[in-house]
Amino acid sequence: MSLQVEELTVYYQTLKGDVRALEEATFRVADGEIMGLAGESGCGKSTLANSLILLKPPMRLVKGRVTLDGEELPIHDMERMNSYRFERISIIPQYAMNALNPTQKIGKIIADLVRWRQVDFDDILPELKRRLDLVHLSYDVLDMYPIELSGGMKQRVVMVLSTLLNPSLLLADEITSALDVSSQKAVMEMLVSFRGWEFVRSVIVITHDLSILYQVADSILIMYAGQLAEKASTVAIIRAPRHPYTRMLISSLPEVGVKHAERRLTGIPGTPPLLLNPPEGCRFRERCPVAFEKCVDVPPFIQIEPGHFVACWKEFETNARA
Amino acid sequence: MDLQVRSETLYFAWRNTKLRVGLSVVLFFVALTFIGPLLTDYAPYDYVGPAAQPPSPEYWFGTTIFGQDVFTQFVMGLKATFQVGIIGGGLGTLLGILIGFTAGYRGGLVDEILNIFTNIVLVIPTLAILLIIAAYLEVRGILTESVFIGCTAWPWAARAIRAQTFSLRTREFVDLARLSGMNVWRIIMTEIAPNMMSYLLLVFILQFGGAVLIAATLDFIGLGPTNAVSLGLMMNNAVLWGALLLGMWWWFIPPGLAIMAIVGALYVTNVGLDEVFSPKLREM
Amino acid sequence: MRRYFGRKLLIYVLTFFLAVTIDWLIPRFMPGDPVQTMLSRAALHAEAREVMYGYYVRAFGLDVPLWQQYLNFWNALFHGDLGTSVYLFPQPVVKVIMRAVPYDILLLLPAILLSWFAGNHFGAIAARTRWLDNTLLPVGYILTATPYMWLGILLAWVFGIVLGIFPIAGAYSFELRPHLSGAFLASLLKHWFLPFASIFLVKFGGWAIGMRNMIIYELESDYAHYLEALGTPRKLIRKYAFRNAILPQITGLALDLGVIVAGALVTEVVFSYPGIGYLILQAIQNQDYFLIQGCFLFIIIGVLLANFAIDIAYVIVDPRTRLGMTGEGA
Repeated sequence: MSLQVEELTVYYQTLKGDVRALEEATFRVADGEIMGLAGESGCGKSTLANSLILLKPPMRLVKGRVTLDGEELPIHDMERMNSYRFERISIIPQYAMNALNPTQKIGKIIADLVRWRQVDFDDILPELKRRLDLVHLSYDVLDMYPIELSGGMKQRVVMVLSTLLNPSLLLADEITSALDVSSQKAVMEMLVSFRGWEFVRSVIVITHDLSILYQVADSILIMYAGQLAEKASTVAIIRAPRHPYTRMLISSLPEVGVKHAERRLTGIPGTPPLLLNPPEGCRFRERCPVAFEKCVDVPPFIQIEPGHFVACWKEFETNARA
Repeated sequence: MDLQVRSETLYFAWRNTKLRVGLSVVLFFVALTFIGPLLTDYAPYDYVGPAAQPPSPEYWFGTTIFGQDVFTQFVMGLKATFQVGIIGGGLGTLLGILIGFTAGYRGGLVDEILNIFTNIVLVIPTLAILLIIAAYLEVRGILTESVFIGCTAWPWAARAIRAQTFSLRTREFVDLARLSGMNVWRIIMTEIAPNMMSYLLLVFILQFGGAVLIAATLDFIGLGPTNAVSLGLMMNNAVLWGALLLGMWWWFIPPGLAIMAIVGALYVTNVGLDEVFSPKLREM
Repeated sequence: MRRYFGRKLLIYVLTFFLAVTIDWLIPRFMPGDPVQTMLSRAALHAEAREVMYGYYVRAFGLDVPLWQQYLNFWNALFHGDLGTSVYLFPQPVVKVIMRAVPYDILLLLPAILLSWFAGNHFGAIAARTRWLDNTLLPVGYILTATPYMWLGILLAWVFGIVLGIFPIAGAYSFELRPHLSGAFLASLLKHWFLPFASIFLVKFGGWAIGMRNMIIYELESDYAHYLEALGTPRKLIRKYAFRNAILPQITGLALDLGVIVAGALVTEVVFSYPGIGYLILQAIQNQDYFLIQGCFLFIIIGVLLANFAIDIAYVIVDPRTRLGMTGEGA
């Protein structure tokens, strides 16, 4: 079952009007799937992640529904969502290194967090220690203040804390962007291990850096300017991308498996449109080499092969002819 | 700042209620300072008429116990208030900038020494120093008073500016300038200062308000200017000559009210400007 | 922690040193030989002039080299000799000031502490209550912008003159002598209330605004967002935010002491409250320079002691200073 997102549309309210950051997102994440969510910064990937767990002003839910394990999430309701957060859906935030209250001991923070879930800290302590051990942290950290830990240690504490209640879905938001290459690899591998140890069932890895997804992601979802462009297995995205944007992204990567800087994603001519008053239709069409008249309408995001979704009129046409 | 950013800032400035209200009040008093003297024929200490008169069409704010025109004293006092604010607040800001920039930009031993110095001046109550200096000066003018206020008011500004410079110093564009061999002052003037302009404006506004309040305090305990009129001095005289017991509210209400309105409006303007400058605080 | 206190102490010692130096320096280097003027201006009887002169020779030693004068000044200071008051001749300055100090403590300590606690709690509540925030914010800004003496004057006028509820001069009724009785304490309290209220109100506004802004800042910080994303109840997040926001408020209290002292001085003047502020007014009006200089030193010492007390409080509240991991407040 796991995650089902349907027509999710979220805008940011600003003085100048709505910023249309996420339009009609429909996709699934299967049980046990690690899905990469990639795109340039400002493409709406963080909006998508945030609206799954913490949708609050200035974000506004325009329409859509989200189902987790067959149960609809009340994402629009800050209060009712609370019972799902942490227990069923959790997040490792981008700012993981600053995510812990600087003036409380780590053990105290964790105790405060689980007590609210009717879990006694003493009951969960053995499991907590076991998990700290698995991520190579001594459980002395429980008696320390966050400033006594290095950035990497803090991030691992957050990883353990976020998954302590075995959520169905974990959102990992740009968790490697502040790290060097070797740490990136270690963190991503740890994420895969978390699934192996069944600390989490499914994971969405949000990143602007496609290269870190190769080893770990089962599938990749590409976004462009608030719209879903393509979703397929990692292999399909790399070997046989169908959306022109994905193709340009992949071809701008010199070699698979090598670490790439952000500029590669922006290395495509032109810039993404402003989302305050985005153009009608496919938002990529200004930069698209194969755009034609049809592209003034929004292309639907449909399955063209089993497990391979794409939103491109040209691709539909080619497919139909074949 | 390019044109787009600038026009956007103006747009938010216009939309900001705090800024509009605050600025209006300040401008009202500025206007009164300029227009006021034209509306009165007297000098502040002239004995112009009957003593202890409540406000009337002839004496708008009434008269003092000596028969001086309160309105005349009031508008002249306003002028003194703005002078102290601009000179004292300006000097305080300037010293804060100099010391804060130097400490933050040079770092190391210079920073350490300046930091200790700043902390020392920060700990000493400003008023105590001013008190002892003022007590020994026989003739005191508004300029002297302002200069002394400015010389003791800079520490918190220096601390804040030091922190700002510290964070700017490590940014790429400053490194770039340094690598390209620009000299220190040019880097500060062309690379760092423009990025801090909005912040410095906020510092100046707070220094202005602080200087006005300290001056009022000094004036009130009788250490204000010996050759001019000020709002603090008016309150001092009112209290000394029993305005309270005689119920002469028109004597002591206007000066304090004006200080409160000006300083309060400045603080509100400050909050408004802060919201305009930092997009995060802009109300949605 | 040792480093933290070491640094603080260094600053306080240097401050004291500087203050004493200023105290010594200013009468000597002001234009127009103020020491002479002081002697001639002071309306002294012959006997007084003699004693004064003796003090000069002893403490100022006008005929010895400057460095010797400076050392003599320190020497006199360590023997508790700050000279003789002109206005209350022949009482020593130290004695005159010591008589005023209890009233300052009586006025300042409750005003500072209560306004700080009340302001912080009120500000924290305002940060989460929209209507309260909308009313508190303007009121708070108006209060912090109010000159202490003017608020004092207003309160004295309204409650003392117009309504006649409170006395507006002195520390206790003129008919009473200080002694331990219900009547005296009641009189003391009645005289204390209005000056206390003026200081309290001005500071209350400042602390409330500060706290409100700090809480809002804390609620926007990363750890608060993380807690929110983990579905932590608002109550707990606010508890953390309050705890963290209190820290800069403690530092703020230390930074603000000078301003509060200034406020207390003028408030005492308004209410003829016999603390150091009122004494300073008397000294200025009677050109009693030794008394002014003595008051200056006492204010400095008081502020330094208060700063030190606040440092200790800070170390207790902020675990990071105990670990020696932050320069916060240094």
